[in-house]
Amino acid sequence: MVGERMTASPDHRAGTAGVGRLAPAAVALIALVGLWEAAVRLLQIEAFLLPAPSAVFTEFVADASVIWSAGFKTLIEAVGGLVAGTIGGILVAFVVARWEAVRLGAMPFAAAVNAMPIVAVAPITIALFGLTNPVSRMAVVALMVFFPVMINTTRGLLSADANELELMRSYGASGWSILRRVRIPSAHPYFFSALKIVVPLSLIGAIVSEYFGGPQDVLGQYITNRAQLFQFPDAWAAMLVAAILGIGMYSLVLLAERLVMPWHVSVRTSDQR
Amino acid sequence: MGEIVAARRVSKVFKTGKGAVEALRDIDLTIDPGEFVSLIGPSGCGKSTLLRLVGDLLTPTAGELVVNGKTPAQSRLDHDYGIAFQKATLLDWRTAIENVELPLELMNVGRDQRRARATEMLEMVELGEFVNANPWQLSGGMQQRVAIARALALRPPLLLMDEPFGALDEMTRESMQQELLRIWRETDTTIIFVTHSIPEAVFLSTRVVVMASRPGRIVDSMPVDLSHPRGVDTREDERFYTTLTEVREALRGR
Amino acid sequence: MLRVVSFIGILLLLVAIWEGYKLLGAALGGQWPGTEIEMKPRPDNQNMPHVWDMVAALFQPARRGGDSLISALLVASAYTLRSAVLGFVIGGLLGFGLGVAFVRSEMAERAFLPYVVASQTIPIIALAPIVVVWGGRLGLPSWMGVALISTYLTFFPVAINTLRGLRSPEWTATEMFRSYAARPTETLWKLQVPAALPYIFTALKVSATASIVGAIVGELPSGFGEGLGRALLQFNQAFTSDPSKLYAAVLVASVAGIFFVALVTLAEWLVIPAGRRVEN
Repeated sequence: MVGERMTASPDHRAGTAGVGRLAPAAVALIALVGLWEAAVRLLQIEAFLLPAPSAVFTEFVADASVIWSAGFKTLIEAVGGLVAGTIGGILVAFVVARWEAVRLGAMPFAAAVNAMPIVAVAPITIALFGLTNPVSRMAVVALMVFFPVMINTTRGLLSADANELELMRSYGASGWSILRRVRIPSAHPYFFSALKIVVPLSLIGAIVSEYFGGPQDVLGQYITNRAQLFQFPDAWAAMLVAAILGIGMYSLVLLAERLVMPWHVSVRTSDQR
Repeated sequence: MGEIVAARRVSKVFKTGKGAVEALRDIDLTIDPGEFVSLIGPSGCGKSTLLRLVGDLLTPTAGELVVNGKTPAQSRLDHDYGIAFQKATLLDWRTAIENVELPLELMNVGRDQRRARATEMLEMVELGEFVNANPWQLSGGMQQRVAIARALALRPPLLLMDEPFGALDEMTRESMQQELLRIWRETDTTIIFVTHSIPEAVFLSTRVVVMASRPGRIVDSMPVDLSHPRGVDTREDERFYTTLTEVREALRGR
Repeated sequence: MLRVVSFIGILLLLVAIWEGYKLLGAALGGQWPGTEIEMKPRPDNQNMPHVWDMVAALFQPARRGGDSLISALLVASAYTLRSAVLGFVIGGLLGFGLGVAFVRSEMAERAFLPYVVASQTIPIIALAPIVVVWGGRLGLPSWMGVALISTYLTFFPVAINTLRGLRSPEWTATEMFRSYAARPTETLWKLQVPAALPYIFTALKVSATASIVGAIVGELPSGFGEGLGRALLQFNQAFTSDPSKLYAAVLVASVAGIFFVALVTLAEWLVIPAGRRVEN
């Protein structure tokens, strides 16, 4: 889940596969769910340990309106923080990439912050912005998103090929023009690999912040409450919604990547296979 | 026994997503012990593929291939050959000497014997002072010398080289060629050397095998009539130039 | 040198922004000028204590007549780190094992890797409350239940990066081992695993933080144990009477995270020589 939070040079191996290659995965999924269901029934596994997929699905349908509305509220927190943190990260990256003196301190600083359990600030943001205010959760998400975006975008801006830069200078291009034509395009792959990291992170940040208290009609509270009432199929159904939201957001990033940089290797190679 | 490599009507077809590619067709080639044979040809002529068939890194689709009197697989298991690639392919986490020791280690040679042998090999490639250097501290030429020392560590009768000097600058390249000839004479090793440099092939080899592509095949096999030891003077010898011309014309298909 | 100056400069800048906002708030009377809009967060000591007050709070007794706050928090950190480290070690080993299994069996990889990757896009940590109940029902001590979450969070990144790392050697290196007629286990231990180490450590550093997050979160729903999670909840409730304590607790939690990652980084330095280390 937390994936590669900091590293992420662009991943050149992101391959979508042909139908034939997908077959084992599809078989595995069906087999897993079948086995899961059979095991729960035959071994009479208690619901607290593992509810049967059928029971989860029943709740997923029966409680759909409540779960989805909770999911939507959580999604807003995640997206709000994601947008704020990403914009902040990009802006600071430009500053950090421009001045080496800032960069020397900022990169280790960012690495240190990345080592912190940022969710721990949730009680503070709740105290500052109010228990019921979604901004409390957005602030946590923004903080979690900010550093990976800043680090990767900075690296991307600095990754521009030396020959390309010399070529631009030989044309007498201005600093602004070099930024726009060479540095920003070079940063695109790095930026997108950061997005792939922080998108799942944003949902995690939102849900975990909700564990610290607040309105009851959000995913994190829903899961906690149902788990404490031993209504496990409900909790798992909410988990399913969280998973769908996570995969949905991630897919949007992949789509955006294809639209923005169809020229990049990671996109090209996955087309060919 | 006699010859160290004997190929009869060897073919290799690669199956890809877009159908079959005929990499080699009906290769007939025999190499005698002590020869220095270069394989030269345009890219895609299958010279590297042929080298890998001999080393049992690939399996022929058809034909008969005998290496050192055995099947290629058996001769690989018996460590009958050493190999060097265009990239030195040194393991970063091992020092120079530990890299040379690797094949000995995999043969379960004892520690002391391993050390002694590897030291000897590094001295032979004139890296005695760099025994404990890390690969990334060595220049490209030095890395390639370590790779050659490693390939020869088990004293194999056969040395396979896939464009080993292809990534080096011209100056380093010429001195490495000189060095390789010296080692070849000192060790009685048979060498099969893939290259696409005509002067390199002519300067090094006792025989140049010229290949063509689509499908990969041998078009000529020309002995090089230049005396040993070869050196700076060789490159100015008139016969050197005439041989260059012959090879070039063979490559053009005359 | 410049690095250190710059680092401290950034730290001071952040403190200055905090204190500056407070000063601005005091000057404006807590309202944006010309409006009735209240400044949010409120720039008073009740919500945003002075930075020096937060640090000072560390050295005052946590409870009347008790130990200092910092020693109480260090005990809580040790408690949480115990769960986190246990889960981290188990998860790391399992992840490594799965990575090796994938690289050995293409079928297993094709069948399960998509789900391992997909699981990275899913907020699995949402399962934390359920996992904690598991631990309790299974009769495990609470800190071991919490360790389960850390195991889970470590497992996936390590598995994926192990697989990537085992695949990372150049093709010619693999051919070379084949030319030596090396057995698969020899190729694994002498080529693939050493090549994978930088990748594995990258994952471990991410997982170290994640496992602490997991442990803290695991302590939340039940509010049990003596760890950082409970300390955070407790000082959260006491925020109105003494806000600096919560800030101090967050500070210590952050230091615990940095400490753990620093340990992993130290291990990395010992295992991987300088020339091969990938810049992080």
